[in-house]
Amino acid sequence: MHMKRMKEGEEGSDGSPSKSPPEACKKVRKMSKELEAVAATESPDGNWARLPQELLLHIFQYLPLLDRAYASQVCRGWNQAFHMPELWRCFEFELNQPASSYLKATHPDLIKQIIKRHSNHLQYVSFKVDSSMESAEAACDILSQLVNCSLKTLGLISTARPSFMEVPKSHFISALTVVFVNSKSLSSLKIDDTPVDDPSLKVLVANNSDTLKLLKMSSCPHVSPAGILCVADQCHGLRELALNYHLLSDELLLALSSEKHVHLEHLRIDVVSENPGQHFHTIKKSSWDAMVRHSPKFNLVMYFFLYEDEFGPFFNEEIPVTHLYFGRSVSKEVLGRVGLHCPRLVELVVCANGLRPLDEELIRIAKHCTQLSAIGLGECEVSCSAFVEFVKMCGRRLSQLSIMEEVLIPDHQYSLDEIHWEVSKHLGRVWFPDMMPTW
Amino acid sequence: MLPVENVTQPFTQLPAVSLISQSRPSGFIIHVTPWSLTNQQADAVSPTPAIMVVNSVHWFRKCLRLHDNPALQEALNGADTVRCVYILDPWFAGAANVGINRWRFLLEALEDLDNSLKKLNSRLFVVRGQPTEVFPRLFKEWNVTRLTFEYDPEPYGKERDGAIIKMAQEFGVEAVIRNSHTLYNLDRIIEMNNNSPPLTFKRFQTIVSRLELPRRPLPPITRQQMDKCHTQIGENHDLLYSIPSLEELGFRTEDLSPAVWRGGESEALDRLNKHLDKKVWVANLEHPRVNTCSLYASPTGLSPYLRFGCLSCRVLYYNLRELYMKLRKRCSPPLSLFGQLLWREFFYTAATNNPNFDRMEGNPICVQIPWDQNPEALAKWAEGRTGFPWIDAIMTQLRQEGWIHHLARHAVACFLTRGDLWISWESGMKVFEELLLDADWSVNAGSWMWLSCSAFFQQFFHCYCPVGFGRRTDPSGDYIRRYIPILKDYPNRYIYEPWNAPESLQKAANCVVGVDYPKPMINHAEGSRLNIERMKQVYQQLSHYRGLSLLASVPTIQEEAEPPMTDESQTSSGPGRRRPD
Repeated sequence: MHMKRMKEGEEGSDGSPSKSPPEACKKVRKMSKELEAVAATESPDGNWARLPQELLLHIFQYLPLLDRAYASQVCRGWNQAFHMPELWRCFEFELNQPASSYLKATHPDLIKQIIKRHSNHLQYVSFKVDSSMESAEAACDILSQLVNCSLKTLGLISTARPSFMEVPKSHFISALTVVFVNSKSLSSLKIDDTPVDDPSLKVLVANNSDTLKLLKMSSCPHVSPAGILCVADQCHGLRELALNYHLLSDELLLALSSEKHVHLEHLRIDVVSENPGQHFHTIKKSSWDAMVRHSPKFNLVMYFFLYEDEFGPFFNEEIPVTHLYFGRSVSKEVLGRVGLHCPRLVELVVCANGLRPLDEELIRIAKHCTQLSAIGLGECEVSCSAFVEFVKMCGRRLSQLSIMEEVLIPDHQYSLDEIHWEVSKHLGRVWFPDMMPTW
Repeated sequence: MLPVENVTQPFTQLPAVSLISQSRPSGFIIHVTPWSLTNQQADAVSPTPAIMVVNSVHWFRKCLRLHDNPALQEALNGADTVRCVYILDPWFAGAANVGINRWRFLLEALEDLDNSLKKLNSRLFVVRGQPTEVFPRLFKEWNVTRLTFEYDPEPYGKERDGAIIKMAQEFGVEAVIRNSHTLYNLDRIIEMNNNSPPLTFKRFQTIVSRLELPRRPLPPITRQQMDKCHTQIGENHDLLYSIPSLEELGFRTEDLSPAVWRGGESEALDRLNKHLDKKVWVANLEHPRVNTCSLYASPTGLSPYLRFGCLSCRVLYYNLRELYMKLRKRCSPPLSLFGQLLWREFFYTAATNNPNFDRMEGNPICVQIPWDQNPEALAKWAEGRTGFPWIDAIMTQLRQEGWIHHLARHAVACFLTRGDLWISWESGMKVFEELLLDADWSVNAGSWMWLSCSAFFQQFFHCYCPVGFGRRTDPSGDYIRRYIPILKDYPNRYIYEPWNAPESLQKAANCVVGVDYPKPMINHAEGSRLNIERMKQVYQQLSHYRGLSLLASVPTIQEEAEPPMTDESQTSSGPGRRRPD
């Protein structure tokens, strides 16, 4: 399987945009017509060296970086084309150590070249690092040198363990600050699992408050609720935000719902338990209501990683969550409360529940969560009859139904072999439960 | 319970054509007679087949049994002498990734074969060396004219066998191969799926449900058959062709506890009887729900015997089928009855044409995931020192006995890969290969890819908690106490998470975490949070999905969306079920 890289408006990529096939074909045809024209007027030899730069640029944009680099060795003209600014708007630095990753790394010489010749062309940049501290430090070093850069997008992505957390905090902060201060038009920032702190967020805000649209900072332990509140207060264009629950506050939600603020599109919250018996604060229903009034279409995505007995503060009142994921075992009662208090629910994914059938809870969810279109059940139990009832009530709106085979308990009405026909009938497509190898 | 003989058909002389499809690439010659040699060589051989002496050699590799062994039957058919060989390289044994339990099982299986052959007035010839050097010698020494063996569908096996067949041809030896390791002809399944192996189990089952039933198993070879091709056993047989001991292979056996799983065909058939008796007694031929008992090695467990071929998969198939039809009085059993056998078949089919099946790089069906490289963490997992008693108990049972329940496999595989440690499934696969008795190459690699969500379009959201899953499977905690005796005095409340027990309790239980038992090597909540993000990133890049749904990140495969296949018209739409009106 070949992973294609798509150039997205806001994301850093390696600079090889792939257009949809019909469009690409049109372009290629146009290009070959132009090439024919060139060939017709010139002598057979030497055409290639005299291709117009715009054409070269266009062709190079289709080539992956390595092929482009080879092409640049062919002649001076092509080497010049290789260094055209348009080809250096997007770049993804891949920093891996052979001892800690299977992946190849961006060549150090190429990195030097980019910093030397192209740092002021870079606009959409991401860093993919493996689990070694060296890789994360290398990323910070590069960041520190992007002084002439005016970035629109920055993504710091750890592909395995969060190695940015191992870098000395001051080193990381100063590198990040360089970017914040120089960019002044940052629109998208992904800094999950990094040691970013409140002061650096202030710097971000001081320089980029007009342009910031997307901020993903899950698991940034050095940020406080006040720090993120500052961002929400000043960055009125913020449309997407991802953070941990401990940073969420009523004030934050109200700030995001203020008149000056644009409609929020997407709020992602991770609720993670550090120690068993951890206490979580509650958010007032009125704060959520304000959010919904201000941004009626916004998606609230919540990922829970709690012990079963830590759910006390949650789901006691109506909450506008749309996508819900329970990464550990969640109790029957909590799922019952979900059915009662989550009318906007679109997707529900339950990793594990335990060995008491969730019949009533599922029926209730089918009844009250009228927007539900995706459900996934892992280590749970549901009787076949209740499950069929659930599917009947949801009907064809269920576009994703991922149920582990062991979940379904055969009863007097249905056996395992029969149930998939019943369910398929109500869904309007062929459906089977998910299976695991048994050997 | 039906004796083995009653479910087989009498052996009839099959035409000398292999069951393998004719569309083999050239170089893979399936049935070569001396008459297809070059003129020069043909001249040297007697032109009249009728007075030609047939000296057969049957080569045991897997299929370590005398029942349902069509290739062996072919060796005996019209032969003047027959010798059964097993080729083994003791020097290679030390280098291979095979642990002591697997070797012991194999040696016991060979001993069982030898004993069975003794009763038929023959012996097993264990020849030391590599096939490519051993066969030329044997061909000459024994005047071999016919070589028989069971078809090996695995890519490495096909390559090795291709070379041997070519060599046999050069020596004027007829090579006869028969398929008996799998229920079906795997190439036929691939053909019926538009010439590519099914990549979802559902699709696989659909295709299989439209095939004819597997060929019926053959009876065991008889004394009468062997008498017709009696072979003199030399005085020095035990000197030259004996089965090596574990010591000879380089293992130390002083502290070795007795085998929990005894190797060999006799043991396999004995277990088959008990397995079927148990099914009758339980009166439930469906999947039993797992409980504490299932975690322990079962005296009716059959998977290692299927792997080594001590038990024929077709014998098991037909015994299950006929038992079901007798008990349930229905026309045909559902495919779910043969779950274990079909999973095995599924992975063999997926692997047969893919030499890179057991790795990520260069494997067209495997998702490229940026796994971490961390030898220290891997060692802790492999040696049962993770600090999570559930994981450690499972890995301990695996190392000590060579078998763990499939849910235990899911738990440790998830923990190593996408659940907690984010280490490559290839590393886990290698550890299983070393320790697990029933780990065939195809099934092991395929299962690891499946469990790590690296292939077969699996949803990755369900993560097995190393504490909760264990507790739900065995609330009594006895499994932990059995395999991690140092924790035996912990109460049920803390035995799955001893690090949470108050210090006083730890001291009272004579097991302080961090001193007598390791601290947990990872924070599961954090780990699983990170990993679900990683998986989502990988899959979203793969499927170009930009939305918020976790479930929709995983692409659905075309074959699921459209059931039509290259084969005939639709027959029954579902196996053995009553359609509700």
